[in-house]
Amino acid sequence: MGSRKLGGKVYVVGNNIDTDQIIPAQYLSLIPTIPEEYNRLGGYALSGLPADTYPTRLIEPGRAPSEYRVIIAGRNFGCGSSREHAPIALGAAGIRVVIAESFARIFFRNCLATGELYPIESDYGLCDAFQTGDCVEVDLDTESLRGADSSSVYPLRPLGEAAKVVAAGGLFAYARQNGLVRERSGPA
Amino acid sequence: MSMTLTEKLLAKAAGRKTAAAGENLLANVDVLMTHDVCGPGTIGVLQREFGRDARVWDPERVVIIPDHYIFTTDPRSNRNVDLLREFVREQGIRHFYDVVDDGRGAWTFDASQGPLKAQYGSRYAGVCHIALAEKGHTRPGEVLVGTDSHTCTAGAFGEFATGIGNTDAAFVMGTGKILLRVPETMRFVLDGRMPRGVMAKDVVLHIIGEIGFDGATFRAMEYAGPGVSSLTIEDRMTIANMGVEAGAKNAVFEADETTRAFVDARMKEHGTTRPYEGVSADAGARYMSEHRINLSALEPTVAMPPDPGRRNTARQLANVRIDRAYIGSCTGGKASDFEAFAEIARGRTVAVDTFGVPATPWIVRYLKETTKNGRSLWDTLVAAGVRMTENAGCAACLGGPTDTFGRINEPMSCISTTNRNFPGRMGHPEGLVYLASPYTVAASALAGRIADPRDYLQS
Repeated sequence: MGSRKLGGKVYVVGNNIDTDQIIPAQYLSLIPTIPEEYNRLGGYALSGLPADTYPTRLIEPGRAPSEYRVIIAGRNFGCGSSREHAPIALGAAGIRVVIAESFARIFFRNCLATGELYPIESDYGLCDAFQTGDCVEVDLDTESLRGADSSSVYPLRPLGEAAKVVAAGGLFAYARQNGLVRERSGPA
Repeated sequence: MSMTLTEKLLAKAAGRKTAAAGENLLANVDVLMTHDVCGPGTIGVLQREFGRDARVWDPERVVIIPDHYIFTTDPRSNRNVDLLREFVREQGIRHFYDVVDDGRGAWTFDASQGPLKAQYGSRYAGVCHIALAEKGHTRPGEVLVGTDSHTCTAGAFGEFATGIGNTDAAFVMGTGKILLRVPETMRFVLDGRMPRGVMAKDVVLHIIGEIGFDGATFRAMEYAGPGVSSLTIEDRMTIANMGVEAGAKNAVFEADETTRAFVDARMKEHGTTRPYEGVSADAGARYMSEHRINLSALEPTVAMPPDPGRRNTARQLANVRIDRAYIGSCTGGKASDFEAFAEIARGRTVAVDTFGVPATPWIVRYLKETTKNGRSLWDTLVAAGVRMTENAGCAACLGGPTDTFGRINEPMSCISTTNRNFPGRMGHPEGLVYLASPYTVAASALAGRIADPRDYLQS
């Protein structure tokens, strides 16, 4: 299962970051299951954010992986389309956790299905508590977020069963663990 | 136990007597739809997880509709349509609405012919959510899932319909089942009738403004009440389509005679007939909230950038200048949408660049063959200055490759019948998109600023 603590630099965004901002539509012709195209998707993660509001970019175009590991967001992160390219682009860029006040449903589900990211909700307006570039540690056992100076600790909303799906590596790995599909031989 | 419409649909799909909000269940899927943007990735997951020789669980129930990035010279987009064709051939899938007629052919778009003249073969069906209905793949009582967020459109037919990602879709392809959490239901009771100048798009923009852009997140939106019977099937599709703009898992109307007549005719015409059985919500079902909407009191409504919940009236925004108008998409490119636009534009000329993209080839034919005052609807629109393309598809609703027809490639304001207005949605990140009904978009195109269509309609 690996470490239950995930840390690194945070990238902070606001409310309503939709899937077009996470991965602009012109890159959707990239097929995520082709490794070379998966990597290219990572290079475009969050490239749809308006440059005037977000002068610091998650990633310079084509320069994956990003130096950031955690995204902190406001309400309704991932709203819009059902494109699985969205969590995949973030995962391919090196993001491991998105902490938001709320998530749009399909994005949340796609995070679990792909196993790319932990989508964790927080009741606190963390967008104001952190700035892009701050270092944090996310503890999945105690379900909390700690700032680098250790003085600030924020509880996170429990992810419950969903955390097991991500930890397993996504829907198929989880389904196999639970006997919903057979090992890689054919449909159950 | 009394159940909501969605609980009833999911209980049926899981072979259970009851289902209650909050429960997880494994539902049997009746139709899985995918398209050119998410189909190749879904196939990739299917083959990664079930093996290169994996078979779909039921080739009759998989419907593949290329529609997103078709009329573009982007080689990867053209390749993706070819990958679908190869998969369909291997799997023996019958319901594939290919761009080309040759089952062993390849697709390339010839830009030298220009963007307006049709370049598709006889089977091409256009925008998936409209094509699903046109070709008889939407049936009351069923579960339809698709790799597109606007799959919720099919809730207009009394079925459970929702958008899913590639991995979930690959799971469905291999097993015929999907893990679902039964959503809580918000009930919207419609009273009255829409007054002159008000369209279904105004109803749903009003509702999203009321509950907020995330007001229905993870929930079902159930439409009921005496006002429903006055809504056409296309009206219900427009309303169900934008459920996801309020975050909903699904939006659903109970099937009535209007629904059954539409569905039966389409199935018969296209050889997609199979028995179906609709379900009804129980009296005494538990709803998490109830909202009464008086259709008679609604006004032409606009969602301002940058999100679909920023509601205003066309009247209030009457001084807002626009650079472009656009009519098209799964929510605003249907036959009735173009009819409404033509009603206002007839005999007048647009003041800004105006792009028209019918959702399907059938709609193109309908507009060319339907005449009013001695002129076809198509010619009426062209005469008014609308750049009408025969190349039906998703086009600039979601931006797409940079050579996409109508795409916003520089900062500008556009008023559009489409369903999203987040930054960059129609192309340029600094483009501003106002969402409105075909009536309001037509009036605004004529005025060069946002306009109330009631000032342009004869009473």
